[in-house]
Amino acid sequence: MEVKDICIKNMKYEDFKENEYLENYLKELRANGVNIAIAKLDDLINWGRSNSVWPLTFATSCCGIEFMCLGAARYDFARFGWEVTRNSPRQADVVFCCGTIVHKMAPVLKRLYDQMAEPKYVMAFGSCAIGGGPFKKSYHTVMGVDQIIPVDIYIPGCPPRPDAMIYGMMQLARKIKMQEFFKLPKQPDLSSPDNSDSSENNPETKEKGNRP
Amino acid sequence: MKMIDKLLAQFAYASVTSDGKYYTVAVPKEKLHETASRLRNSALAFDFLMDIVGMDYGDSLGTIYYLSCTQFPAYVIALKTETDDREDPIIPSVSDIWESAGLYEREVHDFLGIRFANNPDMRRLFLRKDWKGYPLRKDYDANPEINPVPLTNENLDDMETVPVIEIHNGLKEEKTYSLFEKGEYVVNFGPQHPATHGVLHLRVSLDGEIIRKIDPNFGYIHRGIEKMSEAYTYPQILHLIDRMDYLSGTIHRHGLCLAVEKGLQLEVPERAHYIRTIIDELTRIASHLLGWGCMAMDMGAITAFVYGMRDREKIMDIFEETCGGRLMANYSVIGGVMNDIHPNFQRKVKEFIPYMRKMLKEHHLLFTGNPIARGRMKDVGYLSKEKAIALGASGPTGRASGWSNDVRKIEPYAAYRHAEFNEILRSDGLTFDRYIIRLDEIAESLKIIEQLIDNIPGGAYAAKTKAIIKLPEGEFHQRVEGARGEFDVYIHSKGDKYPYRVKFRSPSMTLVSALKAIATGTKVADLIMLGGSLDYVVPCIDR
Ligand code: SF4
Repeated sequence: MEVKDICIKNMKYEDFKENEYLENYLKELRANGVNIAIAKLDDLINWGRSNSVWPLTFATSCCGIEFMCLGAARYDFARFGWEVTRNSPRQADVVFCCGTIVHKMAPVLKRLYDQMAEPKYVMAFGSCAIGGGPFKKSYHTVMGVDQIIPVDIYIPGCPPRPDAMIYGMMQLARKIKMQEFFKLPKQPDLSSPDNSDSSENNPETKEKGNRP
Repeated sequence: MKMIDKLLAQFAYASVTSDGKYYTVAVPKEKLHETASRLRNSALAFDFLMDIVGMDYGDSLGTIYYLSCTQFPAYVIALKTETDDREDPIIPSVSDIWESAGLYEREVHDFLGIRFANNPDMRRLFLRKDWKGYPLRKDYDANPEINPVPLTNENLDDMETVPVIEIHNGLKEEKTYSLFEKGEYVVNFGPQHPATHGVLHLRVSLDGEIIRKIDPNFGYIHRGIEKMSEAYTYPQILHLIDRMDYLSGTIHRHGLCLAVEKGLQLEVPERAHYIRTIIDELTRIASHLLGWGCMAMDMGAITAFVYGMRDREKIMDIFEETCGGRLMANYSVIGGVMNDIHPNFQRKVKEFIPYMRKMLKEHHLLFTGNPIARGRMKDVGYLSKEKAIALGASGPTGRASGWSNDVRKIEPYAAYRHAEFNEILRSDGLTFDRYIIRLDEIAESLKIIEQLIDNIPGGAYAAKTKAIIKLPEGEFHQRVEGARGEFDVYIHSKGDKYPYRVKFRSPSMTLVSALKAIATGTKVADLIMLGGSLDYVVPCIDR
């Protein structure tokens, strides 16, 4: 089955790999049935959301330079509406986790993630963020950001080329387009103690945790 | 008898060995401070402490101080000392002789647990206070259960409480003091801050708008490269070194290759020397362009950043064709380069030279001449030549203060001896000098490339090496000029295919101490720009 409803401008369905997971997701959505009015509203909202994703400027090392290239003239992610990089997590929709995360940085990243408003997404960028990368044998490296926070998109490479990043961005845009906006997790009430871990009561994280 | 031999002959208790240029002086630790201060105050004045290497020899721990003098920069002395006490090793500090020693000693303390008596700051440098064990000791237990991923941020009290150990007239005294007084207004910059150029954590104490004190906190990207290297073969280590200071990775990698080749006494083909030099200079241009763009962005000029990145992409294209990678070129290998240059390489480089010259003019027009930029850079961030030397702030930063420290001139390696170029020196040591020197160095690098590109000799691009590279027993030291300062490689080999100890001198670490020196007393709004003018790369500090 093709993901018909989810089309990304200038990028054909065949050009995407790893479609299965989105297809299954869509199948599930269709099986459950959605109110047509809400579905239309969803489409509209998601169309807007997927075209104005604001990334948090978060780069710890080498991959950050490729992220800068992505922001500069040649690759220019402004074309897709992603250019409003925010320096405060409270205004950001997605963390591009560029670079190695080490023990000392792990709580900082977790805190940044917790400070972001729902709905939020994470892209693990480069082999370090995916699983420790070249520093797998180190005593001070976290073996992948998914040990700390849930990850939506994995972009392999050391560092990934900016083109690969754009591909990852498109994948995330498809995912956003597919979601039912009104059923997305709301901002957890951090004042009550049993909600302190936002990822636990987020139904999506379970699915997010599965690596493709 | 040369002056240096005469000087070293005075130390009757020391054992001195030499190979003509490099001198090794081993002293007992009781005599360390005396020897160091006499070397510093002699007529030769060894005023540049390049690095301190902490060593675990198995049954003893030790330190090696690499010294150089700015008058005769080709002389290098390795001053060595050891202590047998593994439980509570204490070595006298030399931080009162060389200011840069303060940070280096903290690093050795962090990795090996050696404490330095009379160093005013004996906190750990990279790892958190609650980290168990000292990773560079040979008996370190790397079991992840001992040091799990922490779930909470480091306690600020832990960051502020400074332990010191003082020894006066044989009396040992241990105490702690707090870095900031009660009621002091302390602002945190970073670790996640877009303008700290990486994950650097600066704790800044303010008096209104004026900076009173800066306490840099490292380790947010400490990846343990030096420890990992001890379990890797030499060709494997090459890949880690690219990722340390990724902006001048190719140059640093070249340094490690040279050090290993020195050990193997391998003759590298002339063609490889030329190619490496050209690639190094292209890397330097790319790095300076990014540094220039980021500094301009720190001052609010995003256009300059986009322009810098645009020109940098041209170099990335050349790299991609010849080396296969954009940012991580992975190009130098032991004995030469990975593969031969692409047929288009020479043509593209020759096209790039006039293009870049034209663009440099544009950059000057766009930003250097801009009255707002001029006004902001004027009269701030003064770093004197003496201070730059004392802090070991090498590279363009030191040269902007008038300190001639270009390793390409001091110890020409690869094909630099075949090219004519000037070492750019400025005398004022202000922010503007550090800004303009980068653009001038780009022009100079273009000159070097222009002279070499048509003269690349034929022949093999790499010498044949054995499948398993074993370095003979001994110590090997190599200096190269990275894009932001002198980069040194130190290898201690026991004749294995793995090194016993590798140490890299991070040029960026000393730049952060320079930031501490120049930013104190200025307005907090200038802090970011001053950081940009030094152009440090944090993963290189943390390693
Ligand atoms: S994946 Fe490679 S390029 Fe990216 S941060 Fe890790 S080491 Fe650097």
